[in-house]
Amino acid sequence: MSVNSALLEGRNLSKYFGSVIALKDISVTVGEGQVTCVLGDNGAGKSTFIKILSGVHQPDEGELVMEGEEVRFPSPRAARDRGIATVFQDLATVPLMSIWRNFFLGSEPTRKLGPIKMVDVKSAQRIMHDEMAKMGIDVRDPEQPVGTLSGGERQAVAISRAIYFGAKVLILDEPTSALGVKQSGIVLRYIAQARDKGVGVIFITHNPHHAYPVGDRFVVLNRGKLLGAWERGGISRDELVKMMAGGEELDELTQDLERSLERK
Amino acid sequence: MSDQATAVEPPTPTSVVDDRLAQVSFLTKVMRRPELGAALAALVVAIFFAATTDEFGTLDGAANWTDVASTIGIPAVAVALLMIGGEFDLSAGVMTGTAGLLMGLLATELDMNMWIAIALTLLFAAAVGFINGTMVVRTKLPSFIVTLATFFILQGVNLGVTKEITGTVRVSGLSEVSGYNSAFDVFGGSFSTYDFRITVVWWIAITVLATWVLARTRVGNWIFGVGGDQVAARNVGVPVSRVKIGLFMTTAMAGALVGIMVALRLASAQASQGVGQEFTYIIAAVVGGCLLTGGYGSAIGAAIGALIIGMAFIGIQFSGWDTDWRFLFLGVILLLAVLVNNLVRRSAEGARR
Repeated sequence: MSVNSALLEGRNLSKYFGSVIALKDISVTVGEGQVTCVLGDNGAGKSTFIKILSGVHQPDEGELVMEGEEVRFPSPRAARDRGIATVFQDLATVPLMSIWRNFFLGSEPTRKLGPIKMVDVKSAQRIMHDEMAKMGIDVRDPEQPVGTLSGGERQAVAISRAIYFGAKVLILDEPTSALGVKQSGIVLRYIAQARDKGVGVIFITHNPHHAYPVGDRFVVLNRGKLLGAWERGGISRDELVKMMAGGEELDELTQDLERSLERK
Repeated sequence: MSDQATAVEPPTPTSVVDDRLAQVSFLTKVMRRPELGAALAALVVAIFFAATTDEFGTLDGAANWTDVASTIGIPAVAVALLMIGGEFDLSAGVMTGTAGLLMGLLATELDMNMWIAIALTLLFAAAVGFINGTMVVRTKLPSFIVTLATFFILQGVNLGVTKEITGTVRVSGLSEVSGYNSAFDVFGGSFSTYDFRITVVWWIAITVLATWVLARTRVGNWIFGVGGDQVAARNVGVPVSRVKIGLFMTTAMAGALVGIMVALRLASAQASQGVGQEFTYIIAAVVGGCLLTGGYGSAIGAAIGALIIGMAFIGIQFSGWDTDWRFLFLGVILLLAVLVNNLVRRSAEGARR
């Protein structure tokens, strides 16, 4: 894949908070219909990275390039208007609101009744139902509150909403971290579905086992710095796990634990 | 195409989820309505007083309790919208007093036409609401504290200014002002042989309007979103600050409207009018299913809550009991409503297994 076909590219991004180096010299790219996984333990700089891509923070150094053109996102709205949708872990949906109201919150379809604009509930419900069906979820009751859905289904609502409203790049912030094994698998399938629709997905996670099956590219961050970047096939699952866990430290830990077991 | 694809899919984890979604009965749908509890309670209160007193069930009696219900209900509906939007307004009660006094002073002291005085009063209320809302949005302080301050400021101004200008704690002589009669007909009069108050018509109209706004307009969707999770709402592009400020303005204007109605009806305004009413409005909204934490509730519910309170106040009077018992009644229904709402919230928000 050549550099030109990248949908969104971050080049040498750095961010400082006072004397704290939150992010140093990070380059990441995602192409159309690709999944780029950004991995890192707590404090690795993943959140700062997302916030730069989604317009919450501006990078102190480096540049963002979208579809070959250098861009600046002074606000989250600017990023959204450019087609970058961010799904934050717990802040994506309003639990007490119904599924269709959540789906269209902020972008409600309207129809005119004389001079009065009102929400076109019928078509909103139909569109929501169809979009969710594409994700493999059959919503029988559009008025059901989102809070009664499972964590995975709530992510699905947020993801399908982003795709429906024309997101070119979908940034998912730890979508699987609060979920069980089965639910995580379902969310990974939604990610694959988004990718198959041509969306560029940036999948932030601390779990290499979740990243490995869907990722086309893996970027590992550690303490604000780039630990390494690999294309799919360029790294094995075990190597990725090891990278994540801090390599040699994990080896030491394993040996320590084995020794203490032998002593018993 | 895609529908077919899902239909022929073999059993997968998602189709297990589908089975669970399918079990939505009519009962579930009714139970999901926030105003259900209030409607049942209203029925119980109505039956009780109709059975124990002679006047309550008559049309004359109904004219009485709908009158009380309407002057509580108009601000209560606005307070309900504000509460769904996640905020409180403790200055809504005292605003009724401020509005009556302001309108009265403009009309009697400055010889203004009553209609102009009414328009300026509503404008003033909108400005107070705007300040309340802007303070809450900008400072991120709890609206409880901000509007508590507004409450005391307005109460002080009501008494201070009225005493300063009139030498008493009331403004009177409104009936001699030009435009009084036509304004009285619109805001203070009554109709039919049973003397139903015109305020009842306003109350019903405002409830219908608020319900429509909540259910069928973009702003309505935003109100739910802002109250349910304002960060999530902002993330998807809802203008959170504008929605909140608008709600504070609506509430202040609803309070002022009732103040205008009461002052026109009595042809005078008391400086102490409305103090304490703010809690009655909040109780009506909570009894109607509004959650104290925002994001859930209904305008019809608040109207029914006001109806319950109106029926109880008049019912207590008809029963020959001391009318001060109404406070005990308010406390009890508030407590019951909060307990019921808690259950509702839990089932709506966390029914996951």
